[in-house]
Amino acid sequence: MNHQATFAKALLAPDQTCPDGLFSGNGADPASRFAVHRNTVHNGLINALAVAYPVTQLLVGEAFFRAMAGLYVQACPPTSPLISEYGSTFANFIQGFEPAASVPYLADIARLERLRVRAYHAADDRPLEPHTVLAALQARADLGTVRLRLHPSVATLASAYAVVAVWAAHQTEGGLAALDPGHAQSALVLRQGLEVKVFAIDAGSVAFIQRLAQGEALQTAVERALEASNDFDLHQCLTLLISHHAITHLHLDSKVSP
Amino acid sequence: MTPIFAHPSSPAQAPGLPDRAGLGLKHEHFIEVLETSPDLGFFEVHAENYMMAGGPFHHYLGLIRDQYPLSMHGVGLSIGGEGSLNREHLARLAALIERYQPQAFSEHLAWSSHGSVFLNDLLPLAYDSATLHRVCEHIDQVQSTLKRPMLLENPSTYLQFERSTLDETDFITEVIRRTGCGLLLDVNNVYVSCINHQRDPSAYIDALPLQAVGEIHLAGFAEDSDSLGDRLLIDDHGAPVDNAVWQLYEQVLARIGPIPTLIERDNQVPALSVLLAEAQHADGLLTQVRP
Repeated sequence: MNHQATFAKALLAPDQTCPDGLFSGNGADPASRFAVHRNTVHNGLINALAVAYPVTQLLVGEAFFRAMAGLYVQACPPTSPLISEYGSTFANFIQGFEPAASVPYLADIARLERLRVRAYHAADDRPLEPHTVLAALQARADLGTVRLRLHPSVATLASAYAVVAVWAAHQTEGGLAALDPGHAQSALVLRQGLEVKVFAIDAGSVAFIQRLAQGEALQTAVERALEASNDFDLHQCLTLLISHHAITHLHLDSKVSP
Repeated sequence: MTPIFAHPSSPAQAPGLPDRAGLGLKHEHFIEVLETSPDLGFFEVHAENYMMAGGPFHHYLGLIRDQYPLSMHGVGLSIGGEGSLNREHLARLAALIERYQPQAFSEHLAWSSHGSVFLNDLLPLAYDSATLHRVCEHIDQVQSTLKRPMLLENPSTYLQFERSTLDETDFITEVIRRTGCGLLLDVNNVYVSCINHQRDPSAYIDALPLQAVGEIHLAGFAEDSDSLGDRLLIDDHGAPVDNAVWQLYEQVLARIGPIPTLIERDNQVPALSVLLAEAQHADGLLTQVRP
């Protein structure tokens, strides 16, 4: 193994190993100085996860979160110098992390928080003003063939738990009264202007938005949404998307507007 | 090896950052900076913090760049890495520099990636001829890709390598001679390394090619102790600049005159006013040595 491979392996090892070939000018044990790098690597990455997953941390407490994040750092160190992207597999790690099983919705809260980070840093695209979208849609006789392009920040999450309610309850002090996390709820995440927003939506809306994102026309997206949920409300879902600047282009037949 | 960029007699006189104090731009301060337009020479950002596609970070940096000179400071190129430079990352960096047109770009004499793993720390190098050759090759590649000279920052170190054959200052001097890059003199790193290795900080500075200094960094450190109970200083950018570092800074300015100077604070970021006071102190010292 080359020198830096040995050094890197020791930095991420669970035990306090110190690579050979190092010394301290004063004769101190090099392991006591190698520990500076070990701590910097671990604390820096755990801190980055704590910033990206604040509600996940609140749900299990700081000590548990940091221990869990430390194991994740060792198992899945970053593969890119872009630390804002670090932790994209953290939710899957939490899903399989036995000691966290008593909080069954923890992984989905982490998934929601990852979508929020992604939305925050997603590409910019100028949205259509609500009145522009409404005027264009109302003018169409063949509304079903219209395709909508969504803002790059738009994402959905389907969950068996009340992810949005749990997440929202942790945005204000003491807001967790009478919350049942056991009912299924889905989330819409988007960035409106500079602000990331989270909305509770139903399974039909998730299917609808996913189809739109895949470039399907309105007709097909509505059909899929109704398959997913009889209660799907097209008007409500479209209003949500339009009013929060989630639509950036309207494709009318072969023409793109504007 | 022929230098790709022969450095001018004084890089500080080349069009670049003003010879004033600047601050690291923290997202916590975006709005206050725009609302109050503090009197500062420049802002510096970590390049890797702005490599996302879009969103608020680009929005605010664009507005602040319109008002201030900008220094871009890389923390992820891994110039000292045993492997080749990450071309994808270098391309992202080139695009970012094209977009924001910073007055200066700097990186570290360190490594941070190995294979596909990014270790998120500035890790130390053995100073031998193989490392020297590799570091110079990587700096040549960076400078030719970015089409501009870069500044190389002296490291803060805690350990020494048995296989090192050169002093750190000789190593840095040779890199600068071979590649034509400039020196980002981090005075805090000098102090931290010299205390940790029981060297005289003034002698360390004297051994550097000071004519190549294009920027100075000042920061605070944390204090620990090693297995012998000796002082072990840690470059954590989490405290005000130490008095000993201010004194060393004054010595440097007396030697080489005014140089763009950054106050760095990346952890436990205080109110903007606290950092502005440190910048103002540096500006006062810069004024004293201005001809």
